[in-house]
Amino acid sequence: MINVALPKGRLGEKVYQMFERAGYECPSIKENNRKLIFENAEKGIRYFWVKPSDVSIYVERGAADIGVAGKDILLEYSPEVYELLDLNIGKCRMAVAGKKDFYDDNQRTLRVATKFVNIAKSYYASKCRDIDIIKLNGSIEIAPILGLSDVIVDIVETGTTLKENDLDIVETIVPISARLISNKASFKFKTEEIEKIVEGMKAQVKFDD
Amino acid sequence: MINNILKNEEKAIFALRALYKQYGYLSFKMSKFEEYDLYVQNKDFLVSDRVIAFNDTDGRFLALKPDVTLSIIKNTVEEMGCKQKVFYNENVYRVSGSTHQFKEIMQTGLECIGDIDIYDRFEVLYLAAKSLAEVSDDFALDISHMGIISSILDEASDNEIFKKEIIKLIAEKNSHEARALCKKYGISDNAENALLSLISMYGDMGTVLEKLLPLCEGKGAKDAYNQLSTLCELLSKTELGDKIRLDFSVVNDMNYYNGIVFKGFLNGIPEDILSGGEYGTLMSRMGRKSDAIGFALYLDLLEALDASKTEYDVDYLLLYNDNNTIEQIIVKRDELSRNGNSVVAQRAIPSKLRYRELVDITGEGK
Repeated sequence: MINVALPKGRLGEKVYQMFERAGYECPSIKENNRKLIFENAEKGIRYFWVKPSDVSIYVERGAADIGVAGKDILLEYSPEVYELLDLNIGKCRMAVAGKKDFYDDNQRTLRVATKFVNIAKSYYASKCRDIDIIKLNGSIEIAPILGLSDVIVDIVETGTTLKENDLDIVETIVPISARLISNKASFKFKTEEIEKIVEGMKAQVKFDD
Repeated sequence: MINNILKNEEKAIFALRALYKQYGYLSFKMSKFEEYDLYVQNKDFLVSDRVIAFNDTDGRFLALKPDVTLSIIKNTVEEMGCKQKVFYNENVYRVSGSTHQFKEIMQTGLECIGDIDIYDRFEVLYLAAKSLAEVSDDFALDISHMGIISSILDEASDNEIFKKEIIKLIAEKNSHEARALCKKYGISDNAENALLSLISMYGDMGTVLEKLLPLCEGKGAKDAYNQLSTLCELLSKTELGDKIRLDFSVVNDMNYYNGIVFKGFLNGIPEDILSGGEYGTLMSRMGRKSDAIGFALYLDLLEALDASKTEYDVDYLLLYNDNNTIEQIIVKRDELSRNGNSVVAQRAIPSKLRYRELVDITGEGK
């Protein structure tokens, strides 16, 4: 039996459809109820919905053999897992954004508001820029408007939220997409099953032209 | 009887001690503290670079041991043609991967230091597999060779930043980003294909060796390949051969490790429980001429394997009061514990104690 941690929400539904097309369907998952665990014993697969930022924890700790997590989560938490496939969905980018008139004055410490503390730290460390990290848990966009920070580091999908708050992208840190990850020990003991799933999923990935 | 009392990790300590002694390894006992400087000089060798440090009463700056290998190397004497074989069972203190907090980790392992040859390498690998087998039948030992990885990397590029990044991707089996990284650094198609097939290689020794051969054309890679294939041949003849696989996602820091590296897994434990390798580069960094190979097992992880949940804390709860004589209590307790049952004598029933049967002798008093 392969345990799969899926991220709750729109991305997770898309991911499940890929699994379904790859031959790992589980019809009960489509029933509209509050259940979180779904199993298809015949196909040897069990899915469960978890908070997207928790997928890597379930996989790293072995509660799930494989899972699908955004690259942002993998970069932020550096879990000890294998990253087996880029699913090329849930695409967005990790970016630095600031007010339209933002000018990076190198003589001052840069105040950075973000949910992604580790990503922001390592990005600015690679540029030798002195920063003051302000960890926020939501509504990051208002930090520069209220003068809490100079810039924010956050996920940008379409840029609409930024635009509506009069913010502009200053630079892109890294492109993000959903990745298929595997627990390291599970991969050793369920090699064949996991490799088969990876192959099946690979066939479902739509590459950019 | 003993088997019921001992926990998994305690059983393992006994079994492993006997195993290592049988192969002539001597027990190595060390102090819990070590000069802090030792770790500063070899920071990257440690699993985590954070150590608990403090000032001793004489002002010396000490650390609670985060690692055992460095202390053993420091204390070995080099002798031409000979090797020192030691094993240890120590607690180390370091930041644990999954919790990101300091933890006391029970570690047992062995080191073979000196003029090591192919036999010693085989012996250490075999003992690593044997150690895993002592704990559970369902294990996997994955072997890789830093010599092969570094030769293939050297042929691809001499850019150190590229090498550092690609090693991380090899460890993640991340071929999609490895491909992008090769493009970014303008790596030749040949070298890129070699790196990508290295990432995808996983499986039994024979199959992987066959796929590996065409990648090992350089001199360094060829020597490493020959060594690896000799070891695989020897290992496949042992009774544990079918549990041993080749996997190049097992990588260790090239500043310390230069030869065979390996990791061991047990079914049911989500992370590697055994880790080891040949660390000749570390030896020369520490001013030693000889070579060394060793491994460590993290025994505290075995707790997770213990599926036998007990229903009771004790078999009998013996309830007495002031009316009972001491003799009465002793006689009753001896009677109940005759078949190896556990008995706890109490005046009242503790609220959290789970007992199989209550034996109340309060009414039998004077």
